[in-house]
Amino acid sequence: MNFLNDPLKVASDWLTGIFVSWGMNDVFAHVLVVFLGIFVLILILMVIDILLVWIERKVVARFQDRLGPNRLGPFGLIQPFADIIKLLIKEDTTPAGADKIVYNIAPMLSMMSVLILWAVVPLAPVMLGVDLNSGLLFIIAAGSIGTLSIIMAGWSSNNKFSVIGAFRQVAVMISFEVPMLAVMLIPTIFSGSMGMNAIVQSQDIWFVLFSPLAALIFLIAAIAELGRAPFDLAEGESELVSGYNIEYSGMKFGMFYAGELLHAFTFGGFWAIMFFGGYRFFGLELVSPFLAIAIILFKALVGYWVIMWVKYTVMRIRIDQMLAFNWKFLTPVAFTLVMVTALMNALLRGADGWLYVTGMILANIVVAWVSLEVVRSTGKKERERVEGVKQVVEAHH
Amino acid sequence: MTAEQIIFLIVGAATLLSALLVVTVRDLVHAALWLVAALFGVAILYTLLNAGFLAVVQVVVYIGAIAILFIFAVMLTRRQAADTGAALNKNWWAGALMAVLTFAGLAFLLQGWSGFSKTASAIPSGFDAIEQLGGALTSPVGYVLPFEVASVLLLAALVGAVYLAFNKK
Amino acid sequence: MIPLSWYLILAAGLFSIGLFGVLARRNAVAILLGVELMLNAVNINLVAFWRYGDVSLMAGQVFTIIVFAVAAAEVAVGLALVISVYRRRNTVVAEELDLLKW
Repeated sequence: MNFLNDPLKVASDWLTGIFVSWGMNDVFAHVLVVFLGIFVLILILMVIDILLVWIERKVVARFQDRLGPNRLGPFGLIQPFADIIKLLIKEDTTPAGADKIVYNIAPMLSMMSVLILWAVVPLAPVMLGVDLNSGLLFIIAAGSIGTLSIIMAGWSSNNKFSVIGAFRQVAVMISFEVPMLAVMLIPTIFSGSMGMNAIVQSQDIWFVLFSPLAALIFLIAAIAELGRAPFDLAEGESELVSGYNIEYSGMKFGMFYAGELLHAFTFGGFWAIMFFGGYRFFGLELVSPFLAIAIILFKALVGYWVIMWVKYTVMRIRIDQMLAFNWKFLTPVAFTLVMVTALMNALLRGADGWLYVTGMILANIVVAWVSLEVVRSTGKKERERVEGVKQVVEAHH
Repeated sequence: MTAEQIIFLIVGAATLLSALLVVTVRDLVHAALWLVAALFGVAILYTLLNAGFLAVVQVVVYIGAIAILFIFAVMLTRRQAADTGAALNKNWWAGALMAVLTFAGLAFLLQGWSGFSKTASAIPSGFDAIEQLGGALTSPVGYVLPFEVASVLLLAALVGAVYLAFNKK
Repeated sequence: MIPLSWYLILAAGLFSIGLFGVLARRNAVAILLGVELMLNAVNINLVAFWRYGDVSLMAGQVFTIIVFAVAAAEVAVGLALVISVYRRRNTVVAEELDLLKW
């Protein structure tokens, strides 16, 4: 066993050996090494986070036909570091009448809800924090801590815009959790486990080929969960100025902002893990764990790019449209898809690979077609009703 | 004292303290936030009891849904932003007496029970609690009937809550 | 190893605190908060009995799940009632809701 095959274990054994040779208790040394590992992971994530700011600004510049940051360093790479310094030396204001303790805890909880997600992300076959057998549910649990941080931030700021923003954001988050959780059951059906590593290991064929509709619904629900456009009414600048984080300044605002970017990147990673094979890429992941990490980070970046693509292309929609879209369309489709997938899985259990894939894709197409047909006919009826009313009004005049 | 016992004592004390603050703090949003802390402590206790799945469900259901609903309800049902007036009613001493008597009665009953101080046996290797739980919830010889009744109850609650809170114009 | 008694005493304490909340609070929402604490105390007992008894009998965990569902239903209906009462009477203080007490 050498460093290149299992870097985590080798490094932790080496460190534990050093600590024990200093005369430390065995258990205590182990706990200390685990804490050091968490600390290093968080440091790496924060560095990635800083680079994400640069990527986001460069990509949005390309979408909007601009150059983006290009003054500091090559391609403006130093720009995010300068931004961080600016955020750190900014005056840290607390509004009058704010609930100080809750106000200060909220940004920490927001960042924490994102960072703990990485405890279950499998970076390589041998590198993951914990292989929880309820890993998928853990994502939702971490998301509910994020929801709590938003309502705490909105309420404690003592500002009506922030409260309205928090209400909207929380309403969106707890409603879109439902289709997201339903769709997460589909990789669970295919792999027979809720553990992240087991899901990645069982993807000899990417699950997106089994169930493209599920991947699409997950992406939509994830974008809503992140509060990014077109679902960013919580911070609709034209009406709420900035939403729940309106009163925050300096690094506390920076934590919300950095948390949002890292959250988007993380959900890109989860999209890759559940539907695009995670760290697997035609056996390349077996060559070296470092290659596997590069693959999962690359796939997460692609997912992040898709989320950005949607954000900078699609318009913002109204809050009632957003909730109606979730409860009247996305949730029923997600539940139908779960039931159809479970049924098809039971029917095709013994079938060989290609028959299974074809059957699953056909089921997906049928579900998508039927739901779109239902939406089309309902929309037509609704339009006729509204237009009919209009004609009556005109006749009166 | 083992590490597990120390963790239990710290978490248990924090849970009880948060619970006390839930029932005594005047500001109701703070009470709801203390409830979150208490429920989080209970989730850690589930992990100590090797019920990791239930711990995650506890966070999803209680903190993600119930606590948020409470905060919403508190914000929707107050006349002015700050809570005024006494937090407790004038018969609170009778309530406190009842609570102390209940605790004393429970403790008295429990300490006379033979299995009171028994310790847990080790979890057998290869035992997957989630798999067992899923099987128990869906097998006809297991608990499929209570499970279905619970789902019907949830549906009825959903309909009832929408009907009650619906604003008839 | 933690003896079963610790969990049972903790749960009894949590239950009593919840009971105090239900009996002594004035606000209807706060009374529901107390009920939540009592339900959680019951859940701790159920899981502890599962762990300290025969682990392969899942009744403890199953009924914990059912208590979760019941708690969710109770909160949804209870808070809907509270909001409905607030619309009609403009108060949620339990003592002031005395229409039936003549």
